[in-house]
Amino acid sequence: MKVLVCISNVPDTTSKINFTDGDTKFDTNGVQFVINPNDEFGLTRAMWLKEKQGATVHVATVGEANVEPTMRKALAIGADEAIRINAVPTDGFFVAQQLAEVVKKGGYDLVIGGRESIDYNGGMVPGILASLLDMNFVNTCIKLEIDGETITAVREIDGGKETLSTSLPLVVGGQKGLVEESDLRIPNMRGIMMARKKALNVVEPIEGIHATDDKKFDKPAPKGDIKLADNVDELVTLLHNEAKVI
Amino acid sequence: MSVIVYTESENGKFKKNAHEVASYATKVAQQMGTTATAVSINCSENETLGDYGISKVLNVQDDSLKPFNAKAFADVLASAISSENATVLIVSSSSDAKYMAPLLAAKLKAGYVPNVVTAPESTSPFQVKRTAFSNKGFAHTEITTEIKIIGVSNNAFGTIENKTDITVEDFSVDVDSNFKTKSTNIDKVVGKATIADADIVVSAGRGLKGPENWGMIEELADVLGAATACSKPVSDLGWRPHGEHVGQTGKPVASNLYIAIGISGAIQHLAGVSASKTKVVINNDPEAPFFKAADYGIVGDAFEVVPELIEKLKEFKAQNS
Repeated sequence: MKVLVCISNVPDTTSKINFTDGDTKFDTNGVQFVINPNDEFGLTRAMWLKEKQGATVHVATVGEANVEPTMRKALAIGADEAIRINAVPTDGFFVAQQLAEVVKKGGYDLVIGGRESIDYNGGMVPGILASLLDMNFVNTCIKLEIDGETITAVREIDGGKETLSTSLPLVVGGQKGLVEESDLRIPNMRGIMMARKKALNVVEPIEGIHATDDKKFDKPAPKGDIKLADNVDELVTLLHNEAKVI
Repeated sequence: MSVIVYTESENGKFKKNAHEVASYATKVAQQMGTTATAVSINCSENETLGDYGISKVLNVQDDSLKPFNAKAFADVLASAISSENATVLIVSSSSDAKYMAPLLAAKLKAGYVPNVVTAPESTSPFQVKRTAFSNKGFAHTEITTEIKIIGVSNNAFGTIENKTDITVEDFSVDVDSNFKTKSTNIDKVVGKATIADADIVVSAGRGLKGPENWGMIEELADVLGAATACSKPVSDLGWRPHGEHVGQTGKPVASNLYIAIGISGAIQHLAGVSASKTKVVINNDPEAPFFKAADYGIVGDAFEVVPELIEKLKEFKAQNS
């Protein structure tokens, strides 16, 4: 089984967000970048498939050379090979088209991405990719079991979960639950050394649709001061009379 | 040319978000000088959409479309868009909508923008405002394709009553029911508010000290008709099910009232809940970051404040009912 894990290079979850160039670009100054958390759950599940079921695991990212440290980290965690599509990932449709090309050429059976990236929160790349290649698709996937031809996947739905039966070729939009937080792996020295020797192939993008264009960014208005209630009576009164929420 | 909106239903009844997306679609249609048409699948109360400005419903009744199937529903909507010559599709932010919309986007070569919080800023060029960076920012995004798909954030636009004459037309699509991805079981809490559509969410963190102390959280939620939620450490420790984890890597919350009990307010948690309209914090540490992000708060021990709050709310309910 050939598995491709699609990775997004995103600001660390604790990053403060600022914009630059007249609020038209995200300010990367001083920002630490990491593997998108939703993708990391998928990557860790892929490691399990590699170790228990002999899968080959590649990772792919759309990005410029500055994303390579994040890709090396994925290799250090245990991916066999990395592919970087040399383009700026500004639009979900465009990114999905680039990854679809990699999937087509590489003959992958299973593609795992995150349900959304924590930067632009588009949540569309796995679904568009699946649809472009007519592969099966499970989104918000919290459990994935592959037994030969039979695949059982569980997806999170509003207020519960749904079990689905499906088959390869399959695209998964993953999240926490694919593996637990405690299963995530911190690369060890050996992994980091080995990652340096693994292939990180750079391919040029194909022509694609740019369906959207972020013209400008801004931040939420600063929050007013909190009102502290001295006692529960006062709190209930404030929530009823002022906030009108109870 | 019209605006199409997918109004979701469950067991024949519209979901809460259906009236919000219908109101949104009506607004977009007004901006574009056209009308809004809803696509409704296996719902038995289609006329109610006329209260929110919808003038036509394409009523799909098909047993092979029970339960929800992302690909089949995308096919139905694609067919409706083509038969109505629509250029704009409005969907909600439910897990089903977020599953289906990307499939449709690929099929229609449409730009899809989710997490939209206001009516379009302009319809020519077509520009919308959406949240980005997990609620830490907003993006003003232009959609450049001919067909546009907008995912409206939960509880952001609200419902707007607008009585309109409505016609309901039967609409059928040939569905190949031999689905390659098939639902085999749905495990869903019934009769309880869910984090996705609750008006009030009661959430607790590590300050509760252990899973055995959640009784009072559930009781508080019961009194308020609220959904229960928890912080990431609590779900990682296995004190509460994953489905309750709210925050950047968990579920987003956009309720009217969010009550955080014994949650310090890590930046990742705040990002996930900041779309809630009113936030209340109960924490014994006055330095907890949540006090900077909340609207109201009490500095105090949750084990004293929460039981007292339950009693007061019961009294309050008895007086006001």
